[in-house]
Parts: sequence; C-alpha cells; structure tokens
Amino acid sequence: MNFPILTWLVFLPLLGMLAVMLTPKQNEKLIKQIATVVSALLFLLSLKVLMAFNLHDGGIQLAEKVMWIPQLNVHYYLGIDGISLPMVVLTALLSLLACVASYGIKDRVKEYFALYLLLETGMLGTFLALDLFLFYVFWEVVLVPMYFLIGIWGGPRKEYAAIKFFLYTLAGSLFMLLGILAIYFTSTPQTFDMIALRQNNFAAGFQHIVFLALFLGFAIKVPIWPFHTWLPDAHVEAPTPISVILAGVLLKMGTYGFFRISYPILPEGAHWFAPWMGILAAIGIIYGGFVALAQTDFKKLVAYSSVSHMGFVLLGLASCSAMGMNGALLQMFSHGVLTGALFLLVGALYDRAHTRDLSAFGGLGAVMKVYAGILIFVSMGSLGLPGLSGFVAEFMILLGTFKIYPVITGLSCIGILLAACYMLYTVQRVLLGKVNPKWEKLTDMTGREIFTLAPLMIVTLAIGVYPILILKFMTPAITALVGLLS
Amino acid sequence: MDPIASLAYFKPELILIAAVFVILTLDLAGLSKPWLGYLSIAALIGSVASLSGNLFDTHWLFFNLMIYDGFSVLIQILVLFMVGLPILATIGSTLIHERQKGEFYVMMLALALLLIIMGSTTHLLMIFLATEAVSLSSYLLVGSQKFNKKASEASLKYLLYGAVATAVLVFGMSLLYGLSGTLALTEMPIRLAKLGPQAQGAVLTAMVLMLVGFGFKISMAPFHMWAPDVYEGAPTPVAGFLTVAPKALGFLVLFRVLTIAFPVQYHEWSALLVILSMLTMTIGNVFAVSQNNVKRILAYSSVAQAGYILMGLAASSEVGVYAVFIYLITYLFTNLGAFLVVGIVEQSEGSNLLEAYQGLSKRNPFLAMTLTIFLLSLAGIPPLAGFIAKWFVFASAIHIGFISLAVVAAVNSAIAGFYYFKIVKAMYLSPGDKESPIRKNHLAFTAVLIALAGTILIGILPSPVIVFVQHAFMSFRTL
Repeated sequence: MNFPILTWLVFLPLLGMLAVMLTPKQNEKLIKQIATVVSALLFLLSLKVLMAFNLHDGGIQLAEKVMWIPQLNVHYYLGIDGISLPMVVLTALLSLLACVASYGIKDRVKEYFALYLLLETGMLGTFLALDLFLFYVFWEVVLVPMYFLIGIWGGPRKEYAAIKFFLYTLAGSLFMLLGILAIYFTSTPQTFDMIALRQNNFAAGFQHIVFLALFLGFAIKVPIWPFHTWLPDAHVEAPTPISVILAGVLLKMGTYGFFRISYPILPEGAHWFAPWMGILAAIGIIYGGFVALAQTDFKKLVAYSSVSHMGFVLLGLASCSAMGMNGALLQMFSHGVLTGALFLLVGALYDRAHTRDLSAFGGLGAVMKVYAGILIFVSMGSLGLPGLSGFVAEFMILLGTFKIYPVITGLSCIGILLAACYMLYTVQRVLLGKVNPKWEKLTDMTGREIFTLAPLMIVTLAIGVYPILILKFMTPAITALVGLLS
Repeated sequence: MDPIASLAYFKPELILIAAVFVILTLDLAGLSKPWLGYLSIAALIGSVASLSGNLFDTHWLFFNLMIYDGFSVLIQILVLFMVGLPILATIGSTLIHERQKGEFYVMMLALALLLIIMGSTTHLLMIFLATEAVSLSSYLLVGSQKFNKKASEASLKYLLYGAVATAVLVFGMSLLYGLSGTLALTEMPIRLAKLGPQAQGAVLTAMVLMLVGFGFKISMAPFHMWAPDVYEGAPTPVAGFLTVAPKALGFLVLFRVLTIAFPVQYHEWSALLVILSMLTMTIGNVFAVSQNNVKRILAYSSVAQAGYILMGLAASSEVGVYAVFIYLITYLFTNLGAFLVVGIVEQSEGSNLLEAYQGLSKRNPFLAMTLTIFLLSLAGIPPLAGFIAKWFVFASAIHIGFISLAVVAAVNSAIAGFYYFKIVKAMYLSPGDKESPIRKNHLAFTAVLIALAGTILIGILPSPVIVFVQHAFMSFRTL
C-alpha cells in the first residue's frame, strides 16, 4: 500500500476539524467551506475505494495494519469488504449532503462544524476498523460529538434528548466492552483481530453469553424494541442534518456490529439467538408501524418508521441465509438513503412553516410543487413501491426469511401494509386537501435543498431498477459470512 | 544494606529534605513568595533527575527498613506531578492566602518526601510512621486557611476520622506483630504459616483491621464518609492533591501488605475486596448524581474511582496489578487536571456551584474544553487516558472471572456518565448570565496543560506507561 486511502478516509475529517478550530470564529464562510471541501473529498475518496474494490474477493481488501499497543496486542487495523463498503459510501454521501444542509446553522458555527467533522471520523472509523479495540474507540468517539450536536443545536427538549441518547448508548457499549474483553481472554492466541478471531471455535455456552453482551450494545444503537425509547427523542430534538446522520448512519452502526462482529465470531451464538432476533424484529416492525401511524409530528413519524424499517434488517439477519442477509445489508443502505431524504424534507418544511404538526398542513401540493414531487417520490420509496430501493431490500429479506420463519415473516408483512398507511396518510395530510391560507406564501425548494435531495433520489431509483449495481459488491462478502455461519 | 551505602539510593529524598529546610529559611528571610514556589518545583524536578542507574533493580536500604524497587521509582516520578502541579497552580492563585504560601510550599515538599518514603517500605513500623506523617500533614494542609470556617471544619473532621482509622490500623498491626514476632512484611507468610490453623482467626482479624485502616486512606466505602466534606472544604489545590496522592500511596501500601504478608489468605481478602469494590463504586456514583457543587461531584466521583481501582486489587492477578497502577497514573493526571480547572473557576467566580459553570464555553472556551476532556477521561471515553485505565480494570475482572463485579462496574460507569455530563451540560448547553471572559492565570494554565497532555498522550500511546508498570511489577516479584 503506497497510499493509505482508508487512513485518509478516517483522519481527513480530523484534520478538517483542526483546521476549523484554527479558523477565527467570525469567519463563518471559511469554516463552512473547509467542512464542505473535506466532506466532498471524503466522498471522492469513498468513490476511489469503490473503483479499487475487487468484486470477486469476499475477504478484506485494502488492509492497513500497524502495531499500536504491543503489550495488549492491539493493532491499528483498517480494511474494507463488501459489508463495510456500502456503509462507507453511504456515510461519505450523507456526510456531504448533511454538511451542505447544515448551512442553515446560525449559532456557534465554528463549534458545530468542528464537532461535525469529528463525528465523521468516528463513523468512518467504526465501519473500517477490524480490531475490536480500535472499533470500540471509534464507536465511543461517535457519542461525544453527537451529544453536543443534539444538546446545543437541538429543539426545545434538547438537553433531555442528548443525555438520554448518550446514557443509553454508553450503557450498551459498556456491556459490549465486557463482551470484547471476554472474547479477547478466551481466544488463543489472545487477539483483538476480528478476522483472526473467526478461526476460534468458542464453546457454545460462552458464545451465548458473549452474544448477549454484544447484543445489548448493538441493540441499543439500532435500536431494537424495547431499547428504542431514546430514538424518538433524539430524532425529534436533533437539528435536521444531524437527524439525517443519526438515522442514516448511526443506526446502521448497530446492525453493522452484528454483521462484522457477532455473526462471524460467534456463529453458534447467532444461530442460538436467531429465533429471538426474528421475534424482536417482528415486534419492532409492527410496533414501529402502528406508533408511526398515530403520530401527528412529522419528524416523530419518520423516527418511528425507522424503528419499523430497521426491524426488517434484523429479520434478514435472523434468517442467517444469504438471501436474507443480502437483503438486510441492502435495506441498511436503502433505509439510510430514504430516511435521510425524509428528514431533509421534514427539515425543509419546518424551516418554512416552523411547525411539524401534520394536522396543521394541507394542500401544500398546490403551493410547493417541487417539494410535493420529491415527497411523494421518497414516500413511495419508503413504503416499498417496486422500482425503488426499499422494495428490493424488503422483498429479498422476506424471501430469505420465509422458508425459515414463515409465521414471523407473515406477521412482518403487516409492517409493509402499515408503511403504506402511514406514508400515504402523511402525503395526504401534507399535500392534499384544501390549501390552508396560512401556508399560501410558502416558497418552493431552493437550489441547495434540491442539491441535497437529488443524489438520494437517483440512488434510490438506480438501485430499485437495477439492484445488481450494489448487490455485486455485497454478495461475495455475504456468501463468505454465511459460510462461516453454517 | 547499611545506612552509608544506602545513601546512594536515597538521593531524591535527600534533595527534598534539603529543599524543605532551605525554603523554610528563605521564607523567614523574606524571599518573595513566587520565587519560593519556583524553587520548590526546581527541587522536585531535581529529585527526579537524581534518579540514576537501572531503575528496576531492587535494593534493600537502611537495614531492610526501606526498599528501592520499581514501584518506589514509579512513586518518585508520580510525586513530581502530584505535588508539582498543585504548587504550580498555586503560585499565581489567591485560593491560598499569600502570607501562607511559604508554609504551603514547605508542607507540600515535606509531603512529597513522606509520600516517597511511604511508597518505599515493606516494614510495618515505617509504614505506620510514613502513613501517619502523611495524614498529619494532610490535616494541616486542609486547615491551613485558618480564616475559612469550612476549611477548619473539614480539617477537624478529617482529623477525627483519621485518628479512629489510625487506631484501628495500629491495632491490626499490633495483633500481627504479636502473632508473628516480626515487623517485616516479607517474613510474615512463613511466620504466620508456622502458627497452625487455630491462629488463623486472629490472623484474619489483624488483616481485616489493617484493611479498615487503609480503607479510610483510600476512601473505600463504608469508610469514605469524611471524603466529600474534606474535599469540599479544603482549598482546591489541596483537595486535588488529596484525591490523588494519599490515595495512590494508600493503594500501593495496601497492595504490598496484602500481597506480601497475606498471599495465603488471598481468597479471603479478594472476596472481601470484591464486595467493598462494588459498594464503594455504587455509593460514590449514586451520591454524586444529586450534587450541585462541582467539587462535591468530583469528591464523590473520586470515591467511585477508588471502587474501580479496588477491582484490580481484588483480582491481584498480573493484569489486576497493572490495572491498579495504570489506573492510579491516569487518574493522577485526569483528576488533578479537573481540580486545577475547578480552582481557576473558583478563583474567578468565588463559587463551585454548577451555576458558576453555566456559559463557561463562551467565557473561556479553553477551560471548558479541557474540563470536558478531563471529565470524559474520568468517564472512560476513548481515546483518553481514563479509557485505558477502565479497560485494564474491566479486563482484570473479566480475566479472573469476576463477572458480576464487571457487570456492576459497567452499570456504575453508565451512572457516572450522567453526573459528569451534568457539568458538561452546564458549561456548553446552559446559557450563563455572565459574559465577561475569565482572567488568564498563566502558571495555573500551564499546570492544566501538563495534566491535559498526560491525559491525552497516555490515551493515545499507552505503551510506555504499560511497559513501565510491567517492569516495576517484575522487579517487585523478584522480592
């Protein structure tokens, strides 16, 4: 490796953060430029990784490994495979778009972008780390900027939402830490290397316990019912770009943990827990859908729809089959794109109307024509209309799971019905009906807003029509993972 | 080794003894106070610089009354920071009355000497003398601001609790001496083994009594009652010093006593320490949650931290020993750093309440950010020093199979996150009513920067610290 591209991916934002911190805080324009340039470079780097990626290799590519703490056998070990690649591209894409969407931030701009860039480092590091110690470091690094980003720039109950998010995730990750330590001390030779750990055949009882410890950490992040209660608060209070990151990337860190750590290292534990995973998934899908249906706050509705959609990822994981897990990974990507777009749309509406109360709107389709078009498009993607990415992912998941858990899969289908209900009901309440005279003066989408939404729509459509575009990157790695599981 | 030959390994102590007398005299002669402070720091640096030769050779000094091993070297280096940083922060501060600064520096230097001696002995008589001398000096330091009623009250409380603890400690030691007929810890296991099974009850009683005595020094629950009041009442630089220095030495001595004198009773004291560890961290964390005085929050947090360190001691495996000392080293920089920032804010605001911290991120972004980093480190967030420490204590518990202890510690760490972030919230999230920037005090800021550097560097590159502790442990094991 001449050019450590993954290291640049992780630490370029950190350099950007230092640059922002050295900029005088009055020079807000320069600060925004630095953050945007860094995020854009990241996106380009992620595309470069995409180009360099070998499609036929299901293993780790572009690995960078350096000894970090020899006394603990901790390595600085980065690498990418078909599972992390979609997540890295998703993170880089959403980071860039959310950065552009952050121009609306007026207060304490310097601190905002410094923390935002630190967040990018944490997220990319989490997806690229292949050493459990390093993974944990990045996992926790994400927490701190997120706390501030919600707590300083959030809505009315921001302080409560921020600390709730922080404490939930911290509690979960501490149990994950215990699990990691248990794995380390039980492995021979003792190592934190995620790839080498796959060779260890841990005893079944040990795998069950450690799987549960890791599950707690990941489940809170996803969040899996009943650990989801921090999510509506955090999403509702967070500023729009941070909601995008939270729903688009942070939730995926939880399910990514299953793909990267729990399943390959503890296959026996994964099989043992799979039925419960399926049941929790179904509960999340149905519960999230019903609660979303009852919401009058647009943002809360999208937040609960995330609980429902992430349930499908878990359902795919529960199947332990190639089809289901491919679908689950695709759903992670697709949900990141679609929910990111939905949050941007909610934010656009809120910026104009200063309310998110769905019952207050109506007839906006006549006032904001471009907005209406985009909202309908994204809603269709979210409810699983064939031809858009959500459908492909959910269909694959249901297909992969049906053979194994027919009842759970059948029940989960209710979730798709519910998604149609709450999305269409939302579209109806916002866009259709009589124009409320209060909203007659609302302006349509600005160029900047369209710029942030257009790439997401293109990706949704492209994957929906021609899913092999992304599946070809994922399939070899998923096949290898399923091989480990059986 | 006889006394004359021993002096070659006694240079750091000699330098400190000389400095105590010189600075005392210069104070009387009327040298300006800042210069006394600089001289004190120079003496501390000189004492560390005089360490020479192979640091990890083990030598017995003064007819086996003192020992020179890796851990005593470690303490000599740590003392430079434990004593040096509070002195540096005090030179330009008003928290210690200007007229009393001369005495303050002399007291601190004397304490540095006593701490080193406390850390370099395995002889019960020396342990008792050094521990008591450290305690007496601490009582005086706490009450040194004699016009401050709260400080006087704290000092008296400290003295009364301390006296009881000392009595219990001496009682334990006397029992042990009566049973074994020796004061040297190294001979204890053989002598105690000769006693036969019927005397084991008495041996355990002596052990538990000594544990109680040291438990007081390290603020172990249920003997921690004095800690919050004393730390709150003491002048802030002293409070910071007290949370790190006597505690670290208390742990070192306790570690030596338990592992050298009572290896046979490992299962008994280990089981006891597991329970006390859970109790200490839980009490510390639960009581910290409802406090609204930053100094009291940090005081209860330091009780909780003692609980985490006890985890490593309870395990006392190789990882456990590393955990204890790595924790003490990282905790030194982190907690002292936090108290230094608190001191700067207190001097400017005259208050330690959370309200005084509101809007600090606007009034002095540097202070707010450094205090946040110290608090994150205390909460064990990577990549800071506190995380490495937490990693080791958790590892020691998991490694030896104390799963329930590890789970209790994990839950506790989450609780701790709440109150540390109460302070962060006040600084960053709550708008303050004052906008005026906080005045810079360059020396105090330098002290904060040193602590900050330690907190961040150990977090990112922990290897040198781990290697040092490994060597120290190896030299200790050759005993």
